[in-house]
Amino acid sequence: MARTDVQLMLDVKAGDEQSFALLLHRYRTPLVNFLYRMVRNREQAEDLAQEVFIRVYRARADYVPSAKFTTWLFRIATNLALNSVRDTRHQRMEVSLDAPVTVDSEEGDERPLDVAEKNPNIEEHLVQEAQRDMIRHAIDKLPEKQRAAVLLHKYQDLDYGEISKILSCSESALKSLLFRAYETLRVELAPLVALRGKS
Amino acid sequence: METRLLGYIDGRLKEKEQREMEKHLAGCPACTVRVNEFRSVSSLLDELPQIEPSAAFDVRVRARIAAEPVKQPWWSWLGAAPRVLVAASMLLLATVWVGHRPADSNNMASSNNPDETQIMQDQDLPVLENYDVLANFEPLTELPQPVSADEPTEQDM
Repeated sequence: MARTDVQLMLDVKAGDEQSFALLLHRYRTPLVNFLYRMVRNREQAEDLAQEVFIRVYRARADYVPSAKFTTWLFRIATNLALNSVRDTRHQRMEVSLDAPVTVDSEEGDERPLDVAEKNPNIEEHLVQEAQRDMIRHAIDKLPEKQRAAVLLHKYQDLDYGEISKILSCSESALKSLLFRAYETLRVELAPLVALRGKS
Repeated sequence: METRLLGYIDGRLKEKEQREMEKHLAGCPACTVRVNEFRSVSSLLDELPQIEPSAAFDVRVRARIAAEPVKQPWWSWLGAAPRVLVAASMLLLATVWVGHRPADSNNMASSNNPDETQIMQDQDLPVLENYDVLANFEPLTELPQPVSADEPTEQDM
């Protein structure tokens, strides 16, 4: 039977480095994805994810299983992401004005649009990418805290109690935050929803 | 009611809340439309693919972990140096023993018998006399006075 996160962390506290490797393996992908969707830059997302794991490792001696491990992990990640987004907000705005038209491949490489790409379903691929871009931009437009709430709620399968602890707010405030975020997304993605409704 | 819409869509409401919401939706076309729209938004969000961390990610994390200084509790140096531990224990025991040792047996006896106290003081008299001799010993007064740290020495001048 697989050890729980808390058990693994207690083993790390006791000096078992292998348990830390298991936690790293368990959470590297969800963490990098969450951070990537928060900061929209793969390299930065990986740097932040590294920082999260390092902070967890450094705090091992003082670890007390008073809350779920994921709450702690994503709280660190969210704080780092929010700080990073706030720090780079102006920088991103300046870059976006001069940036060439790109296709974000979701592999994280912001590469220039290559129409001559060897793809048998190039048109279908481009349509799909354009729609994904629309979804990404709709998420990007959300205020940082609403964005974090949506990402934690939608992709990390965390319950309201956990998310509210991560975001340091009450459950009712979180529900209100999520409702406002989904309202914004509903408006932003209305053309896409209508398009899907027709097809 | 509107803040419960997402919980209803996710199936995260309690049984009672779920029933209340279904009852509300049955009589509220606006909320029913909103539920359907939120479901569509949720489906669109599902379309974003996941990324995989780069191959270098794990290597970099492990390298940083390996570079972390080993954090040890403050008492761990005792375990690393057993001789120091033994010496410290001995010192502690000696301190406790000296601190709790009964006063000199002669003094104990003297407290019980005033006559014996007088005899004891008489026995110590030569020592006290010697103290007076040493304290007033003239050649000692001719020795140079100790130099204070604040005062300038001849070399400084």
